[in-house]
Formats: sequence, structure tokens, C-alpha cells
Amino acid sequence: MNVFALDFPPVSHLFVWPDFLFTDTPVALNKTGLIYIAAMLLTAGLFWAAGRRRALVPTGAQTVAEAGIEFVENSIIMQTIGPDGRRYLPFLTTLFFFVFFSNIFEVVPFIQFPANSRMAIPLALALVVWAIYHVVGIRAQGFYHYFKGALFPPGVPKALYVLVAPIELLQILLIRPLSLAIRLWANMVAGHLLLVTFAVLSAALWGTLYVPAVLPFAALILLTAFEIFVSALQAFIFTILTAVYIGGSLHPEH
Amino acid sequence: MLALISLLAQLTGDGEAGLSAIGAGLGYGLAAIGPGVGIGIVVGNAITAMARQPESAGVARTTMFLGIAFTEALALIGFVVFILLLP
Repeated sequence: MNVFALDFPPVSHLFVWPDFLFTDTPVALNKTGLIYIAAMLLTAGLFWAAGRRRALVPTGAQTVAEAGIEFVENSIIMQTIGPDGRRYLPFLTTLFFFVFFSNIFEVVPFIQFPANSRMAIPLALALVVWAIYHVVGIRAQGFYHYFKGALFPPGVPKALYVLVAPIELLQILLIRPLSLAIRLWANMVAGHLLLVTFAVLSAALWGTLYVPAVLPFAALILLTAFEIFVSALQAFIFTILTAVYIGGSLHPEH
Repeated sequence: MLALISLLAQLTGDGEAGLSAIGAGLGYGLAAIGPGVGIGIVVGNAITAMARQPESAGVARTTMFLGIAFTEALALIGFVVFILLLP
């Protein structure tokens, strides 16, 4: 591909990393895997550091952890599930911080790769969420009432159930997890492509014409700030949709 | 219009690849129209709600993000198709 007659790396070169550890084994490790391990350690380390020495006046990691927990509790759980959703607080908080940390590597210098722009982990997370909201629904309402409430929502004219039931079945079995995974993945792919495009433009123009390189470079800085916002927003949206699905399974419509 | 598209495709040298690149670009553009209008409606109405009742801004903001997320999914599927169609 070329953009304005500049050599632009093909899309696959931007997202596929060679294995560098344990090559040719099932546990081969590449940059994406390494970022996920770092995100996992960061999430675990943050809460370990926060809970190690609990102070009345929080400092350091404890501030971040408490702000995160309070945010998930007040603006995600209370708004979507209600007070009885507090038991899902640990899961949702972990989900939020893990997704955020694996996204934010998009703008960390010298790493600059959003790990969630590979489909594996978004899809795995979506499947975990899929399993959880089905189990929660079946445990809270029973198998029959859960699927009856989901497939035949009350307040719909009887004749329309012929149309509504298959759509709702497709929705809870296929569309919800797929859209959850695709939303996170495609946002990260788009963000990475944007940053790469403007980085390539500024680098190429910097070598030949110095003055016009200011424009793409300014755009690059603005987009970097925007991508920090997008990383947090996507983590928030992933978590809030999980909460909405759990809330929907927990409380049937009347 | 079609003649123009095939002319553009030939200009790239490789007719097939050029056509599929144009198709990908057009496909993404078409897929972005609906969600663009939809997100505009969602955010506009959320702002109206927040301006009328600032005390319920929290609920409105959460619901707004939910609405954006559902609407945006369509545009993102268009974007995925765009990547798949690229030569």
C-alpha cells in the first residue's frame, strides 16, 4: 500500500509479531503475549500494592485502586445492576483494569502496540462474559424462566413472537459476545492504524520537507491524547456492557 | 460513475486489486453513514437531557455511552469488512 506515494507497511506487518521465546511450541511467546503478561502483572500488582498496607488516608497505589473500585461501583454497577450487583464488583474491577492496561500499551513509548488489536484475548474475555451471564441468569431465574424471559420479552404482541424469539435467541447466544469482542478489537485496530499512518507521514516528510511535517506531527500528538481517552473509554464500555448483560440476567423484565 | 470507478481501478495498474480497494473504501464509507447519524442523535438527545435536568446527568451519561456502544458496533463491523477487503 502507499499513502501519498509513501511506502506504507501492509496491515499484516503492523499486527503480526514473530515469536521470540519457545518458538515452535504451543507456548510460543511474542510481543502481544508479553504485553498481556505485563497487563496481568500490572493489574495484580496494583491491587497487591494497594492492599498490602491499608492506610486510612490512602497514598500511592491505594489511591488509584480505591478510585477505580469506587468508579466501578458508583458509575457502573449502581447505574446498571443495582445494589445486589455488588458481589460482581471484584470481577468487573479486574476486567476494567486488565482491559485498560492492555489497551494503554498503545501509547507507551517503544512498545506502542495495543495488545487488544489481536482478536484472541477480546474473544476469550467475551466468552467468559458470555458464560457468566448465562450462569447468573440460570441460577437466578432457573433454566426455563431465564430462556423464556429472554426469548419472549413481555409487552410484545403475540403474533410478533415468531419474529422476536429467533432474533433474541441469536442475540443472547451469538451477537452479544461477538459484538463485545469486535467492538474492543476494532477500536484498537483503528487507533493503531491512525497512529501508524500519521507517524509514517511525519517521518517521511521530516526527511525531505521539514516545514509540512509539522502538520502530521501535531495531528500525531493530538491523536495520541485521543487514544489514551479511547483506551479508557473502551475499557469502560466493555465493563459496563458486561454489567448490563449480568443485570439483564439477574432481573427479568416485567 | 461505474466507468469512472473502473478507470480509477485501471490507473492503479492492477485492475482487480484496485477495484477491491475502491470497494473497500466505498463499503466503509457507506457503513459509516448510518452509525454517524445514529451517534449524533444519541449524543444530541443526551446533551438535551443533561441540560434540562443537570441532577440526572450521571444516568444520562451512562446511558449515552451504552447507546454509543450499540450504535458504533455497526460502523466497526463495516471497518472490519474494509480491512478484510483490502488487497
